Amino acid sequence: MTQPDQAGPDPGSAVGVVPEERVAVTPVGPAAAPATVRQVRGSREALYFALRNKKLLAGLTVVLLFLVVAVVGPLLADHGPNDYVGPPAQRPSSQYWFGTTTFGQDVLAQFLYGVRATFLVGILGGGLAALIGMLVGFTAGYRGGVVDEALNMFTNIVLVIPTLAVLLIIAAYLRVRGVLVEALFIGFTSWPWAARAIRAQTFSLRSREFVDLARLSGVGARKIIFKEIAPNMSSYLVMTFILLFGGAILIAATLDFIGLGPTEGTSLGLMMNNAKLWGALQLGMWWWFIPPGLGITSIVGSLYIMNVGLDEVFNPRLRAM
Amino acid sequence: MRRYFGRKLLIYVLTFFFAVTVDWMIPRFMPGDPVQTMLSRAAPNPEAYEAMYAYYTNLFGLDVPVWQQYLNFWGALLRGDLGVSVWLFPQPVARIILRAIPYTLALLIPAILLSYYTGNKFGAFAARRKWLDNTVLPLGYVLTATPYMWLAILLAWGLGIVAGLFPVSGGYSFALEPTWSWAFFGSLLRHWFLPFASLFLVGFGGWAIGMRNLIIYELEADYSNYLQALGAPARLVRRYAYRNAMLPQLTGLALQLGVIVAGALVTEIVFSYPGLGYLILQAIHNQDFFLLQGAFLFIISGVLLANFLIDIVYVMVDPRTRTGMRGASA
Amino acid sequence: MSRVSLRVANLRVHYRTLRGDVKALDGATFTVGDGEIMGLAGESGSGKSTLGKSLIRLDGRMRHVEGSVELDGKELPIWDSARMNTFRFREVSIIPQYAMSAMNPTRRIGRMVAELVESRGVGFGTVRPELERRLDLVQLSRDVLDSYPIELSGGMKQRMVMVISTLMNPSLLVADEITSALDVSTQKAVAETLVSFRDRGYVKSTIVITHDVSLVYQIADTIMVMYAGKLAEKAPTDVLVAAPRHPYTNLLISSLPEVGVRFSEKRLTGIPGSRPSRLQPPVGCRFRDRCPLAFEKCVEEPPFVEVERDHFVACWKAY
Repeated sequence: MTQPDQAGPDPGSAVGVVPEERVAVTPVGPAAAPATVRQVRGSREALYFALRNKKLLAGLTVVLLFLVVAVVGPLLADHGPNDYVGPPAQRPSSQYWFGTTTFGQDVLAQFLYGVRATFLVGILGGGLAALIGMLVGFTAGYRGGVVDEALNMFTNIVLVIPTLAVLLIIAAYLRVRGVLVEALFIGFTSWPWAARAIRAQTFSLRSREFVDLARLSGVGARKIIFKEIAPNMSSYLVMTFILLFGGAILIAATLDFIGLGPTEGTSLGLMMNNAKLWGALQLGMWWWFIPPGLGITSIVGSLYIMNVGLDEVFNPRLRAM
Repeated sequence: MRRYFGRKLLIYVLTFFFAVTVDWMIPRFMPGDPVQTMLSRAAPNPEAYEAMYAYYTNLFGLDVPVWQQYLNFWGALLRGDLGVSVWLFPQPVARIILRAIPYTLALLIPAILLSYYTGNKFGAFAARRKWLDNTVLPLGYVLTATPYMWLAILLAWGLGIVAGLFPVSGGYSFALEPTWSWAFFGSLLRHWFLPFASLFLVGFGGWAIGMRNLIIYELEADYSNYLQALGAPARLVRRYAYRNAMLPQLTGLALQLGVIVAGALVTEIVFSYPGLGYLILQAIHNQDFFLLQGAFLFIISGVLLANFLIDIVYVMVDPRTRTGMRGASA
Repeated sequence: MSRVSLRVANLRVHYRTLRGDVKALDGATFTVGDGEIMGLAGESGSGKSTLGKSLIRLDGRMRHVEGSVELDGKELPIWDSARMNTFRFREVSIIPQYAMSAMNPTRRIGRMVAELVESRGVGFGTVRPELERRLDLVQLSRDVLDSYPIELSGGMKQRMVMVISTLMNPSLLVADEITSALDVSTQKAVAETLVSFRDRGYVKSTIVITHDVSLVYQIADTIMVMYAGKLAEKAPTDVLVAAPRHPYTNLLISSLPEVGVRFSEKRLTGIPGSRPSRLQPPVGCRFRDRCPLAFEKCVEEPPFVEVERDHFVACWKAY
């Protein structure tokens, strides 16, 4: 599984990786033992392991760090990211920690605002994709039959379309674009692998005894999904969201870099775009293009590592390693 | 098996239909006169403006019924007529794109094949040794988390400008003219190397990690346990595990195509490499809708075709699809 | 039952967990004779599967703590996986619990068998005739060798795995819950196949692990009952079923439904209570808390001794 904006993890929880019925390593939820008892003990046990898993802690720390930067950073900046405040093309100094751009803009201010935009797009876009993925996946997996076939066809079509190409056309016509539009676009196009994976999991859970029990007692489909199936997949859903979140950040960076991102404000991808455009490479202005890329790599990398850690916490078999 | 291919083809055809229709619809449903909007942004000189206006009005066929416009559009498409570029008027879009495609393919195909092969082998190998696994895993995750363009920028800056080993822009040296000469070929290679390496590295990280995870899963599967209980050597168990792990990896490749193509496009932008990506950037800057539309259709067709090829390979590799008892899900 | 084929002495195998060692198998001493089919019965968690598995391959979490295993007079180095490999398949073999998924789904069965035996140093050409004979015996068409596992039904896969596992005529065959996933008529067929393997000399001694006493009653010469990691009783089948000495065995037998007897006539009795923890097992007899016959002496662990010929029990009330 590579850049998982269009692929997923699995097996069982394999692998962590993806697509197809064996899409990825999927962590199977707790066995069909008395759900309540097991769940209480299960979550305490999970917490115990969670606090001791190095990967999870390391990844989470980095992500939280950046989150703080995203929330607090721009408040601390004296000026806007695109204001012309200083002498152009300055190296990092005590006054401008990240130096300035060829126009004399403060790179640090851009970075801080950029991290915020990145998180925003990631959460919104990833969240939307997760919602759609769950909607489609649960419905297809639970109902089966014709509904499943139709949703499958739909999923496959959206899956195959190279999203960049579509955005080219849309963006050519939308003069003004905001972060929201970008997040919407990402959300509407990156859900297919998640839907597939969730569907596969729902399928296997659907035939378990406790679901049969619920069905026999006349509980409606939606309630079954919410109360029986989803909680047993909660770990998997969390991991899927994290991957969608990371994927959204990467997609957004790519879009911004090409110039199809928000037309106002700034973002890490846009910083790199500008840097390249105005010859930062040739001028050796490393302080302009290294921080944004480093930021994205750190955030997304930490998310992935966090995910691996979570997988180990929830899937006891991997813990031995 | 026929059912399997039938379903796949249906999906691709539907997708292509859907894509083309969306492409046709968008200018017509935007507010205002689409031709005017486009031309006003391009702002060419007055004579060209007149010619283009007439041409595009005709092309859009706004004077004929909508359904006929749609059919005309399809007709033009199937004739290979993708319109005329606004930015590079009056060159036909198809020709512009075809000039750029070889460069993009020269990046994509070797990078995909090589990174897929080496990444998988390496991932499988890493799963065997704990110390290797501990270094490969974080490295692989970092590589896979690296946005394509940032790695490209780093390579361009580090190896290109700072170390001066490779050029960082163009498809070949500006001083040379395209000829069948060693010098030209050498120049092509030198310009090709960094963008290729950038695509290769990111892909490599992803495949290595994926394979490593899959192999671990396969090594714990029932058939592996059975073989080991019967004393089969690790070699045999590993071989089976690898072959079985390749299947989801193959499917993963199909899914990643869109992403990889996007990665190639941004990499080209970083290196000003004269492929489709660079072309698209110019088209966006110059508001050249027809060029964008042509690129869009090209990319879609290419990706669908590649998907189909992978489906064929998958059928050859996974015997279960052939027996027809349980085809791989579409 | 002449020669002794398998001799197990004080075998202890624990599972490593983060909370400590789970004492899954806590001291097993018994023998299995040449040509004997021994049923190994008990509820889940009794340690029977651990016992069976430890005789051929310890998985990652299992730890051999103590005890020895001797097969045909030779010691089985079960704690040393590398050295154990020479014995696997040739002398000790297993029909696993997961026989349905035991074969590589992407390999034709014949090819898989060929690669397996070749890797163990046996030419496929030399075993092929025998393999085909055995397929005929279990009523599998020779075409299965050209098929993929997915093309076979559950029962067919089960029989195929049985053939594969016994191909090298092992001295000891461990059959781990081989009928759990099958319907009743297939269960019968599989059980009969097991017996025919023994009768034809394909295997010497067999241990049939099951939680289904009524099944093992049909085919086993001896039955050994385990509880909570310890051996409770071992006796020839008729003796065990007709006159069990251990209270647990007694309750087990009487909880079986009889054909023709209606519920209104005879209520099924279960065994009240639940298993003891194997992380920290109680002192003394493990069945003490659920035993209707328990008395003061039961806080002292009863030894597994022979009370009459070939009949072993571990219960103070039984001696």
